[in-house]
Amino acid sequence: MDIDKIRKDFPILSRRVRGKPLVYLDNAATSQKPRAVIEALSNFYENTNANVHRGIHTLSEEATALYEEARKKVARFVHAPSPESVIFTRNTTESINLVAHAWGRKFINPGDEILLTGMEHHSNLVPWQILAQEKGAVLKFVEVRPDGTLNLEDLDRNAGPRTKLIAVTHVSNAIGTINPIRRFAQVAKSLGALLLVDAAQSVPHIPVDMRVLGCDFLAFSAHKMMGPTGVGVLIAHEEMLEKMSPFLGGGDMIREVWLEKATWNELPYKFEAGTPNFAGVAAFGAALDYLQGLGMDNVRAHEQELIGYALKSLLQIEGITIYGPMDSAQRSGVVSFNLGTIHPHDLGTVLDEDGIAVRAGHHCCQPLMRRLGINGTTRASVYVYNTKEEIDKFAKSLDRARTLFGVCAPSPTDRPAKPSAKKEGR
Amino acid sequence: MNPGGEVQFTDEIYREVILDHYRSPRHSGEMADPDVFEAGINPLCGDELMLFLKFKGVAIAEIAFKGKGCSISQASASMMTEAVQDLDVFRAEALAREFKDMMLEGRPAESLSAELEDAKSLEGVKRYPVRVKCAVLAWNTLLEALKKRGKI
Repeated sequence: MDIDKIRKDFPILSRRVRGKPLVYLDNAATSQKPRAVIEALSNFYENTNANVHRGIHTLSEEATALYEEARKKVARFVHAPSPESVIFTRNTTESINLVAHAWGRKFINPGDEILLTGMEHHSNLVPWQILAQEKGAVLKFVEVRPDGTLNLEDLDRNAGPRTKLIAVTHVSNAIGTINPIRRFAQVAKSLGALLLVDAAQSVPHIPVDMRVLGCDFLAFSAHKMMGPTGVGVLIAHEEMLEKMSPFLGGGDMIREVWLEKATWNELPYKFEAGTPNFAGVAAFGAALDYLQGLGMDNVRAHEQELIGYALKSLLQIEGITIYGPMDSAQRSGVVSFNLGTIHPHDLGTVLDEDGIAVRAGHHCCQPLMRRLGINGTTRASVYVYNTKEEIDKFAKSLDRARTLFGVCAPSPTDRPAKPSAKKEGR
Repeated sequence: MNPGGEVQFTDEIYREVILDHYRSPRHSGEMADPDVFEAGINPLCGDELMLFLKFKGVAIAEIAFKGKGCSISQASASMMTEAVQDLDVFRAEALAREFKDMMLEGRPAESLSAELEDAKSLEGVKRYPVRVKCAVLAWNTLLEALKKRGKI
């Protein structure tokens, strides 16, 4: 893969930030967009714009064709059972909430158990808390070990005959751990439970084949994989989707409506009430083409090499603590760390002064942060367009921060008070 | 600043005076029997501040803080305590409003009172809008504490 050539496809990568060339290492939050996606979006509005599934006119037919073509591309990209099993939502969060409402409210009963993990993003935790409270169901957890991997003994211990659903993230957004989904699928299958995989951080970065994963629900977002914001995906087997209640009620999801009742449209439209983000979906199709062109194996290989390189150079920085597995084969393109007692927001600012974009904070994973005994981390996350030179700049900037703040000092507030020099003698 | 504009040296956020207050905070620590205790928090970034005050008449006789958070929030707290120690509460309140005017209303640092000499250095934080609330936390907490005193 020619990374320099790839970089030229991303207009934003040539801009400067605070006088320095942008080094974008916040890809786990959202990815940058290639020109092909930006042009697909503006082309749509300039040449095709019309509502889908409605008008008997050329523009509407063309818009509908682009929308449905993107659905087929999604299905091919992750080997979904069929295009009809692909539902467009707003984002991964909405996809998971859809399952919690449309499946959970119908099939979860008092005393039923939902098995989660201690490293879930709030979006794969809070919907289940709400459901469990409403239904009197019980949440159980696979805990995180100090090395940032899941304790699979918890999986065997806490999964049982009352387990109705296992919901797990494929890749931790906060620390980059790649979880053994096959193991979860085997346990779910043996218990007759369903498996939901939060794939927001995996589908954009590593080859994902739904048939191999063996999950019942797969959720991810377009914006983390070079597509526009406001498009999410939920995939489930059609038999499952048929059994589920609708999620939102309104236009497009109905077949016939009377004043007192309505019947539901066929799949996948039953779950796509209201005007969807059809322009975004059309541009998402262009993003899938782009990634397909690169090859997801190549994307993963490049990121694994980069993150291995980053781990090696970061480990040489005095006072650094890196979270998550140290083997790059078990880690996505994410490195999450603390540097001495420097607050992640201070690190984020110092890096920004050098044109480097990272994320600082709890990464929507407060329980995981608590488990690791920290308030937050600084997180750098790469994509296919990042380079070793950028990792070098990043490491150099961290070194500057270390010098600036003085790393090995204890937390300032733990030290005895120093009397005010100025006010002495008053 | 314009996107892509050059960084001016004087704009640098982590000026030496800020780092000095961060590394060696003044009036840091808890107070056993304060007249007024006030806690401040920035929920979004988790900065926490506990402020302890003792009064002699209308004068701030003793002030101390204990907190956790980023260097901006902690340095600003140190600067605040140093600025208002021994002042009367009316002057302290006026200074807090001056500081907030600089951070939030565009008042130039040069126009601030002499007591705010160190605190002026936080003006550069304005270039990082999300960090402004870190800088004003201690001063807001002081204003709340002074309000509480009025009710005693």
